[in-house]
Amino acid sequence: MIENGWNQFEIGSVLRPFSGEVSDVSVIQPEDRLYSASNSFSVSVADWRIEKPLFKKELCIDCQFCWIYCPDMSIISRDKKMIGVDYDHCKGCGICVQVCPTTPKALLMFPEQADEEIELAQWPKKETQETKEN
Amino acid sequence: MSQVKTKNLKNFSTSADRFEGSNLLCPGCAHSIIVREVLNATNDHLILGASTGCLEVCTAVYPHTSWDVSWIHIGFENGSSAIAGAEAMHKALKNKGRLKQPDLTPKFVTFGGDGATYDIGFQWISGCFERGHNMMYVCLDNEVYANTGGQRSSSTPIGASASTTPAGRISYGEKRNKKDIMAIMAAHGAPYVAQVAPNKWRDMVAKVQKGFSIEGPVFINAMSACTTEWKFAPEDTIAISDLATESLVFPLYEIIDGTKLNITYRPKNVLPVRDYLGAQGRFKHLFTKQYEYIIDEWQSRVDAKWEYLQRREDACV
Repeated sequence: MIENGWNQFEIGSVLRPFSGEVSDVSVIQPEDRLYSASNSFSVSVADWRIEKPLFKKELCIDCQFCWIYCPDMSIISRDKKMIGVDYDHCKGCGICVQVCPTTPKALLMFPEQADEEIELAQWPKKETQETKEN
Repeated sequence: MSQVKTKNLKNFSTSADRFEGSNLLCPGCAHSIIVREVLNATNDHLILGASTGCLEVCTAVYPHTSWDVSWIHIGFENGSSAIAGAEAMHKALKNKGRLKQPDLTPKFVTFGGDGATYDIGFQWISGCFERGHNMMYVCLDNEVYANTGGQRSSSTPIGASASTTPAGRISYGEKRNKKDIMAIMAAHGAPYVAQVAPNKWRDMVAKVQKGFSIEGPVFINAMSACTTEWKFAPEDTIAISDLATESLVFPLYEIIDGTKLNITYRPKNVLPVRDYLGAQGRFKHLFTKQYEYIIDEWQSRVDAKWEYLQRREDACV
């Protein structure tokens, strides 16, 4: 489908999000799905980001606020635990950092080019960043 | 189909999203937060429709689709009738015994922006509600035609600066008040009409599930804070939504069978409307000597509306 231009798109044809047969997508997590090339999941918007959220596991209380309020399905939660950020689909809006309730926050925004290991090592001890009132 | 557990957020977070990333919605857009909360509220099969608007334009960019379920878009005005048609066909095939899996109970949901709901598609929605299709209409109310560059819609509130009602020396922006779509849809005698906001996820998911369990047309008006046209930073989407619900600019309530009104969220500390207006760039001009009276008018309008809702809830009419 992708090789053809939009004007070669046949009337009545369907863009299929999955390759092959899918039984019940509502209980299959993304890592077990057979995405087709027509699914927007197979492309990345990582180049939209100016700042990226970094996640410090030790501070997380698994409240899942970041999961529910993420507009880009980029907070990966499995078995009620927050396990990381999907940097292929994160647009860097920063909502996850704003809604994070811990002090210091388990998620903070850093410039896109920041090194993850260095920033995780020197994570702020107290709330040094100016947090806006929610 | 297994029931979705929404007792708490940890349980809810085990749901598998059926809406995919890398759509072209702005960073911090509330549309996809609403879509996720609606789609995760059920494990049943979904048949979705969309009217033209930000959501449709950004999630179906050829040759990609962001939807993992059946999804159809036809025009600006007829997202509702497209889904009504699908629902009617499903019913007809079921009655004729021609469905391959007759025991499935797919849910028919359609999404439209406030332009497609309040203005352009209104006649079609009204028709669907009059005919009584078993479907849910979700209005993503961002109070402006955000997709085409921020023109005013009939949902734009008084004082907002939109591109066709710009604020300046002689005008304070939009001059007419927002249409009361909830009362209009309830007047159709719809079994369930509810107003929701994405920051109150539990309230929203409960209302959506209630809507799914009801036979007949359901209308959901979801506030969708627009970072681009309301002019606030993308990370503040939830904070602005909180301000809207706490200041009662956007009260959360439901109307059952067109008459019985329930208020589902009462803020502990009601914030002044000034806080909500001050957080957004589209109301910046109201904080000048010339237009300050608009804020006081606004506050009295919100108070009157809240008073009315409470009286109606008490009266059970």
